[in-house]
Amino acid sequence: MNKSLVELNNCGVFRNQKWLVRGVSLKVSQGEIVTLIGPNGSGKSTTAKMSLDILKPDEGTNTIKKDIRISYVPQKISIDWSLPLRSIDFVNLVTKHKTSEINDALGITGIQHLINEDVRNLSGGEFQRLLMARAIAKEPHFLVLDEPVQGVDYSGEIALYKTIQEIVKKINCGILLISHNLHVVMSQTDYVICLNGHVCCSGIPSSVIKDQEYIKLFGSNIDPTLSLYKHNHDHHHLPDGSIDKVDKNK
Amino acid sequence: MFDDFIIRAFAAGIGLALITGPLGCFIIWRRLSYFGDTIAHSALLGVVIAYAMNFNLIIAVFAVSCFVALSLLFLQKRTNLPDDALLGLLAHSVLAIGLVLLGILSFIRVDLMGLLFGDILSVNITDVLFVWVGGSIVLIVLILIWRPLFAATVNLELAKAEGLNVDLANAIFTILIASVIAISIKIVGILLITGLLIIPAAASRNLSSTPIQMAIISSVIGLVSVVLGLQTSMIWNSPTGPTILAIALGVFILTLIPLKKLLISKKKIELSN
Repeated sequence: MNKSLVELNNCGVFRNQKWLVRGVSLKVSQGEIVTLIGPNGSGKSTTAKMSLDILKPDEGTNTIKKDIRISYVPQKISIDWSLPLRSIDFVNLVTKHKTSEINDALGITGIQHLINEDVRNLSGGEFQRLLMARAIAKEPHFLVLDEPVQGVDYSGEIALYKTIQEIVKKINCGILLISHNLHVVMSQTDYVICLNGHVCCSGIPSSVIKDQEYIKLFGSNIDPTLSLYKHNHDHHHLPDGSIDKVDKNK
Repeated sequence: MFDDFIIRAFAAGIGLALITGPLGCFIIWRRLSYFGDTIAHSALLGVVIAYAMNFNLIIAVFAVSCFVALSLLFLQKRTNLPDDALLGLLAHSVLAIGLVLLGILSFIRVDLMGLLFGDILSVNITDVLFVWVGGSIVLIVLILIWRPLFAATVNLELAKAEGLNVDLANAIFTILIASVIAISIKIVGILLITGLLIIPAAASRNLSSTPIQMAIISSVIGLVSVVLGLQTSMIWNSPTGPTILAIALGVFILTLIPLKKLLISKKKIELSN
């Protein structure tokens, strides 16, 4: 039995005379957290969108298992001011849920008291929690989280990441996570893919140690005891993220 | 008592108001008011074609509206121009073509004023049937596509990612707008239809806290505007379409007043705490 939910095979997206991202292969299976890291503009969101089939790859193939429930927490959502929308309506946006299920989901992310609040009155962090709650309520098979904790306060951030792990255990779904919190990435995910317009390197976080290239890309203020992931950089980058050497067909 | 034509006018107006309510909400939510205008402008071409070929007015206008809507989708994909520029291009060029044809085909005698502002008092029984049968179909279809359409309105990518057929819902919605504009030509005219779509929905926004509430209240406000507008226009002998919209505007202004008072008192409470 092939248990993988989503597979990208050597995928790339070409827009405005430029490859946004190229040569990405990844696989997300049931009960697994795969994380994408990389600097701004490195193609993380683009990759996530290919895995959801919002973007069709211009190169390579994306395969999504048929008849699975998918939840998506996008990086940016702005609700139009003309829309009267309460939290409960937002949770019901794609799939209608029972009120008890909605209460549970909002409870998990800690905003149960805001169930009848107008979405535009929520703070950035509260709205982020609402996005998570909506994604959880669906009990998805495949969950894509694009920087799910942006704007959430520090303690809430840790709690939300714990929640994510609990969800994986509870509903046994596969998660594709985009995160800037390297501590969390390194300590709590199963597989890490480092992007910079292409796959720089990938692997199991605990199996490798950090190196200088990694620090160049992500800064040096990372607690070494927590950064268990080594960045196997076998090439150099030009300022725009493209590769200096011809070593890309490794 | 009411003459026959007045009953027909009420029947047509009320039917139309019930449909424009929820559709108008989507037009506001999706910032499509200029799109409604474009379709309405291009309706003139449909009218000219209908007169020239001795064809049913509503069907001809519907066909031209759909053509313009599809042209917009095509242009959006083929050019880098912003939507408002494309809409302006389509609205006025199609209007111009309609006027040119109208000039060339000198045997056509169109009541331009009636076309621009509608003449609800002249609707016949076929028009009323078109409103109620066509309107019911529009409403049923809208209810059927509500979830994907509304989800796509809130966030297109999210709706798409989670497996809703967003493209189909969007295409159907465009056709619904075209049909409503075709149905309404005789009743409020091409210059005023966008007003009937938007003003009741805008007034409703001030009163509602959920999407479905807004759609229903919008229909009710449209209905009230039509009924009061028709009666007022009979008393004052004013043009009916504009009177209906003027009443709708009155309702909109009314919806502003109590809300503002509430907001002020709320602020006062917050400040005193």
